[in-house]
Amino acid sequence: MLIPHPLLGLRDAQEFTYLGDAALLNRPDPAAGEAGFADYVYLRDNPAGVHRELWFHEQGDRSWLVVTRNTLTHEILGAELARDVKLGGTA
Amino acid sequence: MGFSGFRVIKEALTGHKGWGPLWRDPAPRAQYDIVIVGGGGHGLATAYFLAKLYGRHRVAVLEKGWLGGGNIGRNTTIIRSNYLLPGNQPFYELSMQHWERQEQDLNFNSMVSQRGIINLIHSDAQRDSFRRRGNSMMLTGAGARLLDRDELRQMVPFLNYDNARFPIKGGLMQTRAGTARHDGVAWGYARAADQMGVDIIQNCEVTGFRIEGGQVRGVETSRGYIGAGKVGVAVAGSSGRVMAMAGLRLPIESHVLQAFVTEGLKPVIPGVITFGAGHFYISQSDKGGLVFGGDIDGYNSYAQRGNLPVIEDVAEGGMALMPMIGRARLLRSWGGLMDMSMDGSPIIDRTPVEGLYFNGGWCYGGFKATPASGHVFAHLLATDTPHDTATAFRLDRFARGHLIDERGAGAQPNLH
Amino acid sequence: MSRLDLPQSRDALIDRNRPLSFTFDGRPYTGFAGDTLASALMANGVQLVGRSFKYHRPRGIFSAGSEEPNALVTLRSGARAEPNTRATMVELFEGLEASSQNHLGGVRHDLMAVNDLAAPFLSAGFYYKTFMWPRAFWEKLYEPAIRRAAGLGKLSMEADPDSYDRGYLHPDLLVIGAGAAGLMAALTAARAGAEVVLADEDARMGGRLLAEGGLLDGAPATDWVAQVLAELAALPNVRLMPRTTVFGVYDHGIYGAVERVSDHLATPGEQVRQTLWRITAKRAIMATGATERHIPFADNDRPGVLLSGSLRAYANRWGVTPQARATDPVLIFTNNDDGHRTAQSLLARGVSLAGVVDSRSGARSLGDYTTHAGAVVTGTKGRHGLRRVQIRTADGSDSWISCGVLGVAGGWNPNVQLASHHRGRPVWDGERLTFLPGPDGPAGLIPAGAACGHGSTIAALADGRRAAQTALTQLDRTAAAPALPQAEEEPSAITALWHVPGQRRAWVDLQNDVTVKDIKLSHQENMRSVEHMKRWTTLGMATDQGKTSNVTALAVMAELTGNGIARTGTTIFRPPYTPVALSVLGGGDTGANFRPRRLTPTHHWAEANGATFVEVGQWMRAQWYAQPGETHWRQSVDREARAVRAAVGLCDVTTLGKIDVQGPDAGTFLDRIYANTISTLKPGRVRYGLMLREDGFLYDDGTCACLGDGHYVVTTTTGNAGLVFQRMEFARQCLWPELDVTLISTTDAWAQIAVAGPKSRALLERVVDGFDLSNDVFPFMACAELTVCGGLPARLFRISFSGEVAYELAVPARYGHALMERLMERGADLGVTPYGTEALAVLRIEKGHAAGAELNGQTTAAMLGLGRMVSAKKDAIGAVMSRREGLADDSRRLVGLQPVDPGQKLPAGAHLFAEGAAQALATDEGWITSACYSPHVESYIALGFLEKGDQRLGEVIRCANPLEGQDISARVVPAHFVDPEGGRLRD
Repeated sequence: MLIPHPLLGLRDAQEFTYLGDAALLNRPDPAAGEAGFADYVYLRDNPAGVHRELWFHEQGDRSWLVVTRNTLTHEILGAELARDVKLGGTA
Repeated sequence: MGFSGFRVIKEALTGHKGWGPLWRDPAPRAQYDIVIVGGGGHGLATAYFLAKLYGRHRVAVLEKGWLGGGNIGRNTTIIRSNYLLPGNQPFYELSMQHWERQEQDLNFNSMVSQRGIINLIHSDAQRDSFRRRGNSMMLTGAGARLLDRDELRQMVPFLNYDNARFPIKGGLMQTRAGTARHDGVAWGYARAADQMGVDIIQNCEVTGFRIEGGQVRGVETSRGYIGAGKVGVAVAGSSGRVMAMAGLRLPIESHVLQAFVTEGLKPVIPGVITFGAGHFYISQSDKGGLVFGGDIDGYNSYAQRGNLPVIEDVAEGGMALMPMIGRARLLRSWGGLMDMSMDGSPIIDRTPVEGLYFNGGWCYGGFKATPASGHVFAHLLATDTPHDTATAFRLDRFARGHLIDERGAGAQPNLH
Repeated sequence: MSRLDLPQSRDALIDRNRPLSFTFDGRPYTGFAGDTLASALMANGVQLVGRSFKYHRPRGIFSAGSEEPNALVTLRSGARAEPNTRATMVELFEGLEASSQNHLGGVRHDLMAVNDLAAPFLSAGFYYKTFMWPRAFWEKLYEPAIRRAAGLGKLSMEADPDSYDRGYLHPDLLVIGAGAAGLMAALTAARAGAEVVLADEDARMGGRLLAEGGLLDGAPATDWVAQVLAELAALPNVRLMPRTTVFGVYDHGIYGAVERVSDHLATPGEQVRQTLWRITAKRAIMATGATERHIPFADNDRPGVLLSGSLRAYANRWGVTPQARATDPVLIFTNNDDGHRTAQSLLARGVSLAGVVDSRSGARSLGDYTTHAGAVVTGTKGRHGLRRVQIRTADGSDSWISCGVLGVAGGWNPNVQLASHHRGRPVWDGERLTFLPGPDGPAGLIPAGAACGHGSTIAALADGRRAAQTALTQLDRTAAAPALPQAEEEPSAITALWHVPGQRRAWVDLQNDVTVKDIKLSHQENMRSVEHMKRWTTLGMATDQGKTSNVTALAVMAELTGNGIARTGTTIFRPPYTPVALSVLGGGDTGANFRPRRLTPTHHWAEANGATFVEVGQWMRAQWYAQPGETHWRQSVDREARAVRAAVGLCDVTTLGKIDVQGPDAGTFLDRIYANTISTLKPGRVRYGLMLREDGFLYDDGTCACLGDGHYVVTTTTGNAGLVFQRMEFARQCLWPELDVTLISTTDAWAQIAVAGPKSRALLERVVDGFDLSNDVFPFMACAELTVCGGLPARLFRISFSGEVAYELAVPARYGHALMERLMERGADLGVTPYGTEALAVLRIEKGHAAGAELNGQTTAAMLGLGRMVSAKKDAIGAVMSRREGLADDSRRLVGLQPVDPGQKLPAGAHLFAEGAAQALATDEGWITSACYSPHVESYIALGFLEKGDQRLGEVIRCANPLEGQDISARVVPAHFVDPEGGRLRD
């Protein structure tokens, strides 16, 4: 696979490590308690289709990216810096 | 009519005219006591055990494609009960005991072959952790042997003992482990369940659940509505998609695991060998193909295919471990859909929807579990209580912190 | 023999001036340069080349390409032996050795052929129905017999002596296949200036143009091929890759290909044998051609029965026909015009024809030969090779025709394999009677030519040009359309004939011995979906992946179900297109080079000083340093551990992860990373810290040093260095990007040496540059930046893993070796001793410090007795989840264990039970995590997690190790065998 790094252009997916659902950006406030964190840590939408997900450019510039990818076709629809997504307020 | 050597001879002499269908193709009835969604190994085994052990015969298995067409039909066929944790090991040992009488119970030769599995040891720390695992196996009667380097070398002389990046220092062996003919397992259960009255309905895709007042009433399918007293879902890689139709999110991600087979070769590898340092495992099928695999590709996928880096990585692992396989050729590679759970262990439990039961999260280890999974899921569906060996496989263990994390990798499926 | 005597002007593509000798099954033969092993065997009259998989029936060469199901041989010998090699794809070289496979006692008199007599009992799926009793016989008797009989060739069991390479290409356009369509596509794109890679599995480019013997622009088509190749070769933007099989289509335009760099040579010499190419192409054209199908009829599997188009190829390209005796005539069986083209070709080459059997009523000869219109073949004779063929003519009468070869023409199947690698399904074309690539193929892959049904030369040429223009347009390039050469029309006029019905066995899959009867039985037993049929009969599972059998089998199924082929289904193909050697997939990174090896800065020093090394992840670390006279590792380790407790020891701890954390918010950030509070740490101080995963389990531990305001150095365990850094970056970028903090991994930048033992201060005083090490100024858990050895910048941490007064001294990595030498030299009179990881482990177990075995991802802070370090006053990763009942209620605690009999060794991995308790998982109370011999305690000691262990000090429990037949009594003691009050490390 090739990942369109927003700063570096197309990079081979082998340079990255994969974490999972971009919902992991939305870490709850401690007040959410165990139930809120259990949702955050464990539950996933796991869609067969468009999926927003976190990739780490470990063998590269160490950016965390939010990549939008179709899990049925592996087609990549876009990639953003996770930091920008987080600061923009939506994940 | 039963299968036997005598019958094969008789039919051969009379032109094979007497062989009938292995199972019927019934039209779905309007209502069943229990509907199993998923005609893979686990679903078929569940139906079989419901009929066999729990006297439930108004049972249907709904399969969206052809029965046995999921992971039961594309895996590396390994059976073993070499787990560490008390939540797992007794369950897998139950499965192994079923495997040991599979042919006789089902009157179908699924070619269970107990040629043993060896997990290679590459460091002192690994030996310590395998000792802990081996002792868990001993304590459940599964049996285990800790092999030193010399014993290992006698058994499998073709490994790379002399020029390895990760030296081979021994192995943990389960002699009762081995392989089974994957398709034969699905067919054996299907035929036996069918003979006991279970309706196996192929090309019948579940498109929704009918839920009234928090209670499941039946399923909407591509072949119409089918009423059900209880619905058990055993759809492996499709768990996320199917349970979403009941409004449930799961601690599961779907990933792709590639597996590989070479052209047929005369016998070279006696049992199953796993090379943890290189993420590689291998056995040889009765037809002679070397069957091997490695890590999951590592990203969420429903595409049922993987990519080159993992293929290269697995081949490297194989070459590093057993350099003599280099001139064997890869014949086929394929990708299976794995329902990777957040602690690497399965879930067999009721759900918040009354009457809806779930069996999934098998990661890449569902094949060996097939008999026990069917047994304990049937037990749960029939009695509403978990089977003794499956009490830990609860859905709420994640929220409550009772994880069954063999690898200690935490809530990241691609690390399990 | 049957090499054709051709005029020089129309000779085959072989070099009659370069004879090559070779052996098959030990017998010497001669062929020519340009031959394949298959054509050379034919030239020598060799028909029988192998045995089938199940019935061990005699098998001959069936095709002229990579679809070959029969002619699988073992090529070469010794460590280079290559089983299951298609004779049709092997280029002849001087001295080639090949041998037939899968027989017992010679290919002519195979004892296993007894299986064929038992064939009625070996029907589809028979083995699922028998061999069940008695139970124990499966592994002992039935299965070993089956395994011995199954399989094809043998591995040498030796390591592959050749080298392999990997390469990467990034063309605009990859053209797969260099036949009429591929050449035209490459030419069109190349002239438009695109970067083009043209790959073909054949050694010689040209595809079917080399085999047809036809004319282009009035000259032999091979002239046109040569001209186009010459033009392409001269262009700088074109790379020609013959002998290169594109075997798989992967995501985002990535194609896997294997180039057989030197397989056509006796040995690779200085070259690699093969190269694995990863070709990332903006677009690709699938000009993979088509494969002819046969028509099953009774006993259709004899040597001498071939695909008709292959016969044509052998005659035209190699100048051979495959009879055992040159005088035997050739018969053709066809359901379309293509069989007649073979007849024409053979006649033109002077081959004696017995006629054409054409299933179409009204079929007419296209030359001077007999055509049996409306007739079919109904049987054959000839034990090791074809002698006679039975036909049933239009009027229903049967007759026998003597012939040495039968060419079968059942129509052509486009090679759609690559188009279905992304699970796209081929679609049925009822007019052409073929499957065509479906619309849902891989993005960017454009089928062209015979691969999408345009099989005639003229159509293929035009379609190749069309495909290239499509690709170029998509890439925003404009392309001129090169003129097409003039070619003749080649009509097909196929009428459906999928098999000839009859009572006897008619083979569909020649390698796996699957017959029409087997498919019928499969249907009878309700194995009716295509996948069930394939699996029940093993059809299409052979080394050719059903290239010559799948579509025919589908047609037979469709006939049985009455549903038609389109509704019966299709099967998809999986990579690789043709089998690929594991050696080339595994590349060169094998043996000791399988994974990178990271060396510490003192590695070479340690090597020179007698160290034994151990793999710790990617690192190699000194395990112990044997001194002269020490014969057992324990002597070395005990000595090293005693030296640390009595004097001073040196250990390279560079492998521990080091992460530099800087910024105004660094303290706040670290408070969220660590379970305990870091922000209160003052400059010049170090704190021990615990990291949890977000799920609340312990994850890593280490020290955090504050070097100045907003400047911290985090250390991690060796194994987790990469992961901790990744997770910290996750926290920084994904969770709290608003914090002003930066991270960098400095693991490789600093060499770090632990200086441990009561004399460590005395030693360090000799290397620091005027730095006050006194306890008051630089107490336990102090840190500083300083210089040593006369101006070398360094960092000093007073931390202790051993429980003794100890420091870790870091200098720029390139000075690590020199520092080690300097410390050894300056400390000689103090008894300075280098120690390895074993002594390090002994020291930490004696002190009760957790390491990998205790931090195995399944344990909690509370289990280590460190529950109070998890601050409840702040938010930190894992804090909330660590309070879940399953973690909070876990009452196992880290304890020390000492055998009641001090001479007994405690094994790590033993399970713990109360004295007298039944030993089962239900009564299991914990396990031993780490164990060693303690020279300090003078006994074996261990650490372990024990149920309520903190309340059971003094109790005697059982350490059960049934795996090795042990059950040892041990006393529960505090997990500190040395200086429990911690006075020594504060001295």
